[in-house]
Amino acid sequence: MAEGIMAERGRMDRVRGDRHPERDRNQALTALTMDPEKIRGKHAALCFATMAVMLGLPLWWKTTETYRASLPYAQIGQLDSLLLRLRVPVSVVFIQGSLPIVDQQKLPFTVVNERDVPLKCKMKLKCRFQQAYRMAGSHEERALKMDTIQEAEAALPSPKEDTVGSLNIFVIPEKSSLLPQDKMSYVGPKRTAFVRGAQGRQALTVIGQRVLQVAQSMSLTDDVLAAALGDRLPEDKRSDDKRRPLKASLGYEITFSLLNPDPKSHEVHWDIEGAMESFVQPFLSLFGALGNFSMDSQILYYAMLGVTPRFDAASSSYTLAAHSLPHVINPVEARLGSSAASLNPVINFLLYVPERAHSPLYIQDKDGARVATNAFHSPRWGGIMVYNVDPKAYNTTKFPVKVNVDMVQVMEVFLAQMRLLFGIPYPQMPANFVLAGPPSEGLRSWELDRLLWARTVENLATVTTTLTSLAELLDKIGNIVIKDDVASEVYRAVDAVHDAIVELAAGNLNSAFHASREAVTSSEKAFFDPSLLHLLYFPDDQKFAIYIPLFLPMAVPIFLSMIKIILENQKIRKDIEKVD
Amino acid sequence: MAMAAPLTLHLLLALLLGSSGPSRAEPERDSLREELVLTPLPSGDVSATFQFRTRWDSELQHEGVSHYRLFPKSLGQLISKYSVQELHLSLTQGFWRTRFWGQPFLQAPAGAELWVWFQDSVVDVDKSWKELSNILSGIFCASLNFIDSTNTVIPTASFKPLGLANGTNHHFLRYAVLPREVVCTENLTPWKKLLPCSSKAGLSVLLKAERLFHTSYHSQAVHIRPVCRDSHCTSISWELRQTLTVVFDAYTTGQGKKDWSLFRMFSRTITEACPLASQSHVYVDISKNSQDNVTLEVSPPPKSTYQAVVLGVRRTYAVYDLLNPATFSGSRSLNLQLRWKQQQDSGGHLVPFLHAQRYVSGYGLQTGELSTILHNTHPYRAFPVLLLEIVPWYLRLYIHTLTITTKGKENKPSYIHYQPAQDRLRPHLLEMLIQLPANSVTKVSIQFERALLKWTEYTPDPNHGFYVSPSVLSALVPNLVGTKPTNWEESPLFSTMFPISDSSSHFVRLYTEPLLVNLPTPDFSMPYNVICLTCTVVAVCYGSFYNLLTRTFHLEEPKRSRLVRWLANIIRRIRGVPPL
Repeated sequence: MAEGIMAERGRMDRVRGDRHPERDRNQALTALTMDPEKIRGKHAALCFATMAVMLGLPLWWKTTETYRASLPYAQIGQLDSLLLRLRVPVSVVFIQGSLPIVDQQKLPFTVVNERDVPLKCKMKLKCRFQQAYRMAGSHEERALKMDTIQEAEAALPSPKEDTVGSLNIFVIPEKSSLLPQDKMSYVGPKRTAFVRGAQGRQALTVIGQRVLQVAQSMSLTDDVLAAALGDRLPEDKRSDDKRRPLKASLGYEITFSLLNPDPKSHEVHWDIEGAMESFVQPFLSLFGALGNFSMDSQILYYAMLGVTPRFDAASSSYTLAAHSLPHVINPVEARLGSSAASLNPVINFLLYVPERAHSPLYIQDKDGARVATNAFHSPRWGGIMVYNVDPKAYNTTKFPVKVNVDMVQVMEVFLAQMRLLFGIPYPQMPANFVLAGPPSEGLRSWELDRLLWARTVENLATVTTTLTSLAELLDKIGNIVIKDDVASEVYRAVDAVHDAIVELAAGNLNSAFHASREAVTSSEKAFFDPSLLHLLYFPDDQKFAIYIPLFLPMAVPIFLSMIKIILENQKIRKDIEKVD
Repeated sequence: MAMAAPLTLHLLLALLLGSSGPSRAEPERDSLREELVLTPLPSGDVSATFQFRTRWDSELQHEGVSHYRLFPKSLGQLISKYSVQELHLSLTQGFWRTRFWGQPFLQAPAGAELWVWFQDSVVDVDKSWKELSNILSGIFCASLNFIDSTNTVIPTASFKPLGLANGTNHHFLRYAVLPREVVCTENLTPWKKLLPCSSKAGLSVLLKAERLFHTSYHSQAVHIRPVCRDSHCTSISWELRQTLTVVFDAYTTGQGKKDWSLFRMFSRTITEACPLASQSHVYVDISKNSQDNVTLEVSPPPKSTYQAVVLGVRRTYAVYDLLNPATFSGSRSLNLQLRWKQQQDSGGHLVPFLHAQRYVSGYGLQTGELSTILHNTHPYRAFPVLLLEIVPWYLRLYIHTLTITTKGKENKPSYIHYQPAQDRLRPHLLEMLIQLPANSVTKVSIQFERALLKWTEYTPDPNHGFYVSPSVLSALVPNLVGTKPTNWEESPLFSTMFPISDSSSHFVRLYTEPLLVNLPTPDFSMPYNVICLTCTVVAVCYGSFYNLLTRTFHLEEPKRSRLVRWLANIIRRIRGVPPL
């Protein structure tokens, strides 16, 4: 039926068109715009397009979306420009006679000094010295009547506030004989220091400055921070040897290896059990807060260095030049054996007894001089010491020669290297300071505090970097899935960072350190979660291969009819304008 | 000659003590023994078995800090971390043809085999097993990380601890075989690194990868077990046995001659003993030389010989003691050679009492049959055999079709343990104790159906087939000659792997061939084809539907050219119809 009608109309149009071409064209145009059949087709096409856009696209988007739990992007963004305030409680005790009487009356309770530590990144670091002033008690007075400063220090009652991260500074009379005449201050092995007092009008200000100077050199100094933060410091404060400390970690494995490349000539015996007990254990027990330490030792035979030493005819000895030292480690490391039991970083200390054909063996520094300790260390890896066999031992026909290693000599070197590897450089003090030697364990208490501070700051910086780069990655790569547990780790890390900041500002160093470590653990767990990678390697060309057979035949007619409709509309509009 | 062996041993001990003098006043806590057994096989091949045994007198578990000397640190850490009671790992390329080569000292299945007894203090055995296999996979560069619940079984009877054990609760045992594993140089290198002398001295000099893998059979293994420290057995020592067995095809490489020398096989000779070893022996099997008939000649002539009943057969070995300087007196190196004086008849060799075959039969890709054929060639003694079958879950066993026939009659097993598989969770485990009558052939067969895998579960080369791990036979095989109980600690290593229970039989563990089964394999481009086809169908339907809905239809007067009209008019005129 419809066909019949259409045929009729078509014929009529043709007949009419033959007669009045001018008028009929306009009529035809109006007929075209008004033609219900055309309009129906147009509507159908528009309907298809709307359906595809309104239903198809969201459906496709929803079903192919990668799951992403919500993350605290705003908070992560703020981490970048953190402001860390390290509160250092300093209790300043005035001994009678150290301060003019006038000043004693107007002695304030607390004075706060702040010091900015420059950093390269946006993070800001402020040391806040909170000095609490008080006069000495009677027993403290009595203790400071001793002859030498060491005795005085020993006689002092252990202060109530002797907690991690705090300092006790005693101001002694200006003319006191406890200190040598030219020295102004004494820094003890515990968290105690002595400062010479002053007289005169500005006495309190002068003393305040002296106290501050002592406090600054006993707390987080630039060199310690440099060791911990490495590349986050401004360029001028960075140097290569600052990069040697190990990264902060939950635990460390320390391995002592004795390398005996020539068991036919040497039978080396080392009392490593005894040495560990008497030297290493006490030293490491101080680091208890820093992480778990596990130790073991091994003896490796036929383990050679990667470099053939050069014969030096003048001294009839062999030398390893400084520039060849980097090549020494690699072949040895293959034999060391990776740590199977844990993922903690391994610190290696190697004692190398050179083979008979290459002994004695000496290490030369860059200037060609022999290194006194005959040892070197590799940043973040460990240390190597060459132990030469006494040449007199070869005056025998019996081989192998028995070699007894002098463990004191070896452990001195290894412990010194361990200090460097943990980022405890030798403290640098102004010239008029007296620095007491470390206690028998080998570490001053305030040095440990400094390390804790540095590690906390380092941890916070690490978390910041990790979380920021995670956020950046998510922004750049759309295929990364974030599951709920990963998101909760991120939240936990952010919370722990805030906890650490609060604790730092409150001066609770230990809990701040623990919070920062927790933050590192959580952030690393989130960053290295394998579920992040699940869809990462789904290449785009495969996606297209699957989509094109469906999308192309569906999209092309829609597009074509849209174009057609638009063109027709334009044409009609033009024609109407012409007619008008 | 038999007396000579202990005599040399004493001489050697005296030499050892003399050479090191008073330095060995305190007993060494660990010791190393190394030995090489060269056996001319009946088929004309030569098998070489290296054994390195490190014994460590230490209670590994109870020490916080461990000091390793000869025992490798990486394995020691594993034992103490995962509370391992016993660990047996073997990596094998090729198949030991028991029927032609005779009984091996220690056979291993093709691919990787790992079985571990954990101590009863372990709470979560599965977790420890998973972590342990992952770490071993790292240490030995093998794909042991593919060990999961689908190929792990808990055998109830077949694998008993080889060392000291308090209880044998099989819940602490895990066993897995990876028949797909290809063994190559990268597995040998870490294995060699565990040796105290590395590959620098002693027998390990012969371990040259390019020769060892140019063989018909290569099997390297690590066995760790606790052993008695002394005859009173009041405390335990840890024993690490590293064994390596290779079978050289001497017949074809030697241009039809069966003669061989160390240099021809290994392209190396032995130059010195490992200075750390307390015993270093080379044994050459010269049992073919009978009293009156000298069929072969070894050079240099051995200083001593050793006679023993090994695997139920009396054997004679020429012994070379590498720690005895006289061994190297003739030349600087020891190049053992064996020359056959007369061609022996090939058919005269003794077929082992127990050997087995396994094959898969059936046609099509739906069902099939697994058959294991067990031979007992002993003329008059019957003995029981423990048969262990592990079948992956994708072969669905019909346990009701299990038939065991001997000499045409049904043979009822006296013990059956069957654990059915769970899809994608665990394999089938079938253990049976079968009595093998004298001089008989027993056939064990079971039918199976092949399962369809998900398309991601197929291996990268699915048309290669899927491996079914070999069946394991454990049996006490009667001896041909009776043995006297010997001192365990002093007898050669090759005879002390399995504990000897009584004098009339010896323990044998044999593995059959691994099987290769084809599963129904889809065309892997199918998903894409399906996508394309579906999309095309959808596109075609959609296209016509779209056309129908959006097109407007007009009837158009057909336009005809003058020629066509002229032709039509001619036809019309002929038909008598008025022209156009």
